[in-house]
Amino acid sequence: MAVARRGFRRTRWIKLQVFRYVVFALAAVFFLVPLFAMFEFSTRGKYGERTLQYWQSVFQYPDLIDWNFGPAPDAAINASLELALITSLVMLVLLVPTMVWVRLKLRRLNRVVEFICLLPLTIPAIVLVVGLFPMYLWLGTNFSDSILTLALAYVVLVLPYCYRSLDAGLGGIDVKTLSEAARSLGASWFSVIWRVIVPNISNAILNAVLLSVALVLGEYTIANNLLYNNLQVELVHLGRTNAGVSIAVAGASLVFAFVLLVIIAFIGGRGRRVYAEPAAVFAGPLQGSQA
Amino acid sequence: MTVAGIPAVATRAGRPLLGGRRFSLDWLGTVPFFAYVVSFLLLPSAIIAIGAFESASGGITLDNFSHLSRSYIVKTTIDTTTLSAVTALVGAAMGALLSYAIVTGSPNGVLRRVVVSASGVLAQFGGVTLAFAFIASIGPAGFVYLFAQSHGLDYYAHGIWLFTVPGLAVVYLYFQIPLMVLVFLPALDGIKPQWREATESLGGTTWQYWRYVAGPILFPAFLGATLLLFANAFSAYATANALINQGAPMLSQQISNALSSEVGAAEPGFAKSIAVEMIIIVTLVTVGYTLLQRRASRWL
Amino acid sequence: MKLGSLTRHLGLAAVALLAIAACGSSPGGGSASCSESAAKTTTSAASCGGMDALVAAAKAEGKLNVIALPRDWANYGAILDAFAAKYSIKITSDNPDGSSQDEVNAVQQLGTTSRAPDVLDVGMAVALANTQLFAPYKVSTWGDILDSQKEPTGIWFQDYGGFMSIGYDSSKVPTISSIDDLMGSAFKGKVALNGDPTKANAALNGVMMANLAKGGTLDDITKGVDFFHNLKQAGNFTPVQATTATVKNGTTPVVFDWDYLSAAHGTDVPSWKVFVPNGAILGGYYAQAINKNAPHPAAARLWEEYLYSNDGQNLWLAGLARPVRQAAMEKAGTIDKAAAAKLPPVNGTPKFMSDAQATAAKNYLVAHWLAAIS
Repeated sequence: MAVARRGFRRTRWIKLQVFRYVVFALAAVFFLVPLFAMFEFSTRGKYGERTLQYWQSVFQYPDLIDWNFGPAPDAAINASLELALITSLVMLVLLVPTMVWVRLKLRRLNRVVEFICLLPLTIPAIVLVVGLFPMYLWLGTNFSDSILTLALAYVVLVLPYCYRSLDAGLGGIDVKTLSEAARSLGASWFSVIWRVIVPNISNAILNAVLLSVALVLGEYTIANNLLYNNLQVELVHLGRTNAGVSIAVAGASLVFAFVLLVIIAFIGGRGRRVYAEPAAVFAGPLQGSQA
Repeated sequence: MTVAGIPAVATRAGRPLLGGRRFSLDWLGTVPFFAYVVSFLLLPSAIIAIGAFESASGGITLDNFSHLSRSYIVKTTIDTTTLSAVTALVGAAMGALLSYAIVTGSPNGVLRRVVVSASGVLAQFGGVTLAFAFIASIGPAGFVYLFAQSHGLDYYAHGIWLFTVPGLAVVYLYFQIPLMVLVFLPALDGIKPQWREATESLGGTTWQYWRYVAGPILFPAFLGATLLLFANAFSAYATANALINQGAPMLSQQISNALSSEVGAAEPGFAKSIAVEMIIIVTLVTVGYTLLQRRASRWL
Repeated sequence: MKLGSLTRHLGLAAVALLAIAACGSSPGGGSASCSESAAKTTTSAASCGGMDALVAAAKAEGKLNVIALPRDWANYGAILDAFAAKYSIKITSDNPDGSSQDEVNAVQQLGTTSRAPDVLDVGMAVALANTQLFAPYKVSTWGDILDSQKEPTGIWFQDYGGFMSIGYDSSKVPTISSIDDLMGSAFKGKVALNGDPTKANAALNGVMMANLAKGGTLDDITKGVDFFHNLKQAGNFTPVQATTATVKNGTTPVVFDWDYLSAAHGTDVPSWKVFVPNGAILGGYYAQAINKNAPHPAAARLWEEYLYSNDGQNLWLAGLARPVRQAAMEKAGTIDKAAAAKLPPVNGTPKFMSDAQATAAKNYLVAHWLAAIS
């Protein structure tokens, strides 16, 4: 919400700023204290001294990374990064057109799609993997048993989160008007989605991508029970060395995911909220954003 | 040039449409989604549901479902549902406040991007490590507790509540709130400043703005996000298992016991029937949510 | 669409048949080679052309799938590394935190695919319940294993074991000389089991050990459950999962666990001690088994040979577990004396639960544990 800084609104602005700082302060305490506890523990040596040896051993673990990015990744980080990429892409290609289409043409299906997108979250991963096994067996014998096939299950896992984010974004723009206007101007459906809708929900898409990348990087149960060694499984292996390493490794994983997400947020999100006002539509769908 | 009133049919650009059979063509657009979902979600769910009817020797039985009435399963169901509801509502409220604090700042700012990225990471942070982060900070050997104890405030005087279900709720908030921020922020983005200005120019107060203008717009997204948080907490396993490893107080832990018990207490069919029970509960909550949304859209 | 998939399936079948035909006729090997199909069913190294042939066949396979072998469990990290280095075989280690039941589930669910586990290291209850999944095999040192510790045809054979103990951080709690010490006020919120006894083998044995220490018998675990009930009432029993981190941090300074697992905490906590109560020496051994449908049968059998060789057994000893050939190796002088000296001392006759006793204990726990610790 843009802040109105007219003089006579000053009191409201001040109240808002006080509110913001109080909220941020409380949030900072709640979220940073446990992280600090982790960091403190992972740098505590056997006799209580400060040491970086546990963090160092994380970076010296051989099976973690190698520069072979390809369809048969050897190291765990490579596999997880490739999985994150594939999952995000497939999720976007699958969800965005479907959600737009359902909003426009098949409103009755809205509840069905919504429920289906909630279903993966209702079944705990430990038992979902039991149902996935036959599918993966069939895939393994007929196509490939590469770790990258995990992306197919991951797309299903991220559906609940990404659907919510995209739904919130689509709810904030007038999809019907925008698409009808674009179609009446001669755009194909592909153009409508790619050049009209997507730029208007760029924040929602960014959030959905962040959610799915974070989920893939942090996913443990499905990969582990399907006997694949993704990043989190390898980190569990590594964490078994001793107590300090087990926490250092988790901390390193968080830092890694955070840095990656910040990079994505800076590259992908232009941070602009584009308001779907009719004037903007007539002047061109990308007015107001430097896409 | 008018926008409304023109049927959304282009005869030149785009795909040619069969005259009069738009019904069948519309369905086509959802085929990729449904095909994918059927293969990787509905089929596994069906396998689990069918497995719930299998007995240990391979025959068909309803025993697994009758086992759901075991007293400890009933208690676990109630506890899990309550915990999920509480953390969903509290997490949604706090997350909404935090989202509002973020969205009222600069939209391109570093703060927003950093907080959103951090939320992405923390929303998926759970399990043994999250449990340990709390144990190491506010746990009985954590520095926060030791500090408080040395200053006279012994908050574990009546038992170590961190390792009980209420304590688990506090830990769950750690990933519920960031999740709420991530899924609710796009909804807040859709609120236009013009609406606030219009309300004010018509003489409305802040309360009236939220109650009649922004609130009804945000309510569906808020409710949907709460539902997501409920399902998220409902199926969480690793965090609960790390904090309360004895007695399997959560349904997901009961499933794990039934699947992986190595002392001979494994009942795979029962595990699947618990999973079916969980699906039914979330379905019921979703139905409740749908009804509430419809009602609310009439009131508001 | 249908025709296309039919021809594809036919094509795959044709290719498969050709491949099997090609593999069946081994490339002109002499009698001293162990072919893939022979390795699948051979019951000893000798009957497959000798150790060298087995080694060659394993190297040709080049891979080994293991499951549920955490690196800090009985020194498995060193064993995996040593085997991989010695034979240049790449080991894929899956599901490090898996239980014995998870291992069997994986074998059943992955069937004949190439990612199925080759070998298993499981608790006795799970081994006895799943013999139809294993292939019989007798390692070269078969004779050194006591009859009571192996299945006659080689379906399963015990590998290492230890005694249930109470490990504690002597800098955080007073010295423990009897199990009743745990009821004292110095232990408030500090005593943990390694898992839930209705789920984890180590926890069930922990309760049984407490049972024996309180005067109970192997047939009746009631006194053990009562002990933990009283411990909970006194506020001394904590339900949190005991990990190396919670031990080092001081949240769970007292843990009921196998002595070889408990001793691992010593690397984090210099003041860690291991206590086995008098008259409550409860032993438990794990068992090895080879998957009948192992994707790398020769490598699987070579792994077993390695584990039961002096090298393998001594590496387990270095992890403070008691290898099954310990008595024979002490007699033959091939044991690692320095490592043997570090084993926690045991005064008295060890007791072992039979399968029936373990089942009875499990039934009682399933019915009463939750109420006891609530």
